Amino acid sequence: MNLFNIIKEIETADPEIHERMSPRRDAIKNITSFGSKVAVAALPFAFVTLFKKAYGAVPTPAVNDVLNFALKLEYLEAYFYKTALSVPGLIIDTGYIETIGNDENGHIGALRQLLGDAAVASPQFDLTAKGAFPDVLSNYDTFLTVANMLEDTGVRAYIGQATNLLGNQLLLITALSIQVVESRHAAAIRQLRKSRGAVIEPWITGSSSLSNDTGIPSFNANYAGENNVIQNGIDVTTLSSASGSTTPYAVATQAFDEPLTKEAVLALVAPFFA
Amino acid sequence: MLTQNRVYKKQILYRMKIKNQITANGANLPRRLFLRYAGAGAASVGLLAVDACHKDHKVVPFTGIDVGQGDSGLFNFTYAIKQVEAAFYSQVILTPYTGMTGDELTLLTAIRDQEILHCSFLKATLGSKAIIALTPDFSSIDFTNRLTVLFAAKNLEDTGVSAHCGSGYLIKNPVYLTLAAKILSVEGRHAAVIGNLLQNGFFASTVGSNGLNTNLSVADTLIVINKYLKNKVSAVSFNYVLT
Repeated sequence: MNLFNIIKEIETADPEIHERMSPRRDAIKNITSFGSKVAVAALPFAFVTLFKKAYGAVPTPAVNDVLNFALKLEYLEAYFYKTALSVPGLIIDTGYIETIGNDENGHIGALRQLLGDAAVASPQFDLTAKGAFPDVLSNYDTFLTVANMLEDTGVRAYIGQATNLLGNQLLLITALSIQVVESRHAAAIRQLRKSRGAVIEPWITGSSSLSNDTGIPSFNANYAGENNVIQNGIDVTTLSSASGSTTPYAVATQAFDEPLTKEAVLALVAPFFA
Repeated sequence: MLTQNRVYKKQILYRMKIKNQITANGANLPRRLFLRYAGAGAASVGLLAVDACHKDHKVVPFTGIDVGQGDSGLFNFTYAIKQVEAAFYSQVILTPYTGMTGDELTLLTAIRDQEILHCSFLKATLGSKAIIALTPDFSSIDFTNRLTVLFAAKNLEDTGVSAHCGSGYLIKNPVYLTLAAKILSVEGRHAAVIGNLLQNGFFASTVGSNGLNTNLSVADTLIVINKYLKNKVSAVSFNYVLT
């Protein structure tokens, strides 16, 4: 079996084979060392796995759209925290915000690595969102409310995209590992707001008539649908809880974060793009 | 199928090891032990087909509880984690640690209630495929000690979060994947709150310098979770066999 010929033949049929194999590109390049490390009998098997990964698991254009969508949100968040940290005296809980800002930079790095040349460049931003939050960089409480909204919206955006990465080990581990960090941030920012007197919990808490629990009415669309209590066709308020045979509505909303579509998220964050 | 074969191989190797022990001992006393390892849930059928010389032996039920295969196996895996968490927080609220503040009681009660709902929901969704109610073993935790309780809580939350991150790609049904992502987010909120209770600013302590949360395989997760269980959980079709 001549593996080089196989690769060559695939190249003629699919000029993008090497791209597809990225990030396994190095394995292909160093084919001899790769071969020597794998038992001869296992080679065909190893290649089946390799090709399966290449054609089943590496970014397609549609997947790149998802990753670039996430990347744009991360650019916005990273710029938001970096800019705020650079304003003297604005940030009081510096440790929190530095931690969060560093994580957002990490997300940018992780997504750019996955996208390679397909990664979009960072857009320009207007952190006042076209004047909606004029004191976002001078009033710490305004800064925190915008952070609260951006983090929760980010979480919802990732939940909404999960199914577009179905079955893709590398991409889904990355996306879920970013999503949950955003939810950690959201909870922490909410706790900061609470410590400064806001009436808010670390988890999004709705009622049958209210889905936006931030106390900022202009965020209503960011929280649309967060008070859903029907999960997989089951009204979870009818399920048992510590206090009895049913579950309070608030708990039912707290226990599940809800997805937002890409279109909805892009519309929501559009004012932040200059 | 590849995964399954690997499990079979591991089990066969294990059986050979046991068999050798039997020969070495010159007695058939460890037969019960041998059968225990031989009969591992769903894999036992394939195993017996491979190893025909023992086909006449009756397979006794394995002492572990297997989560099963596919998406329901993965949801049972989550259900097992959630059962431990719900039982843990129920105990925390039943016997509050010394010096628990009002704010702490509120937060821990809310987490308990959300974990219980996750349990009820997973059980309802799994229906007849749901694993049985597990019996927790919290003998290693002194529930009167604040730090011990919070460390255990952090261990459970971080494990739950990492388990979701590491196993989500195995889910086949998009509806189930979205549900898992919805629950994962809330688990992340719990983990952040518990981290902050332990030390202010520790809300993202299991996040690497790359900004990504750590992730755990099904097997590595169950090694942690089984420490808190009397009846252990296995996941044969996800490469975790009890030994």
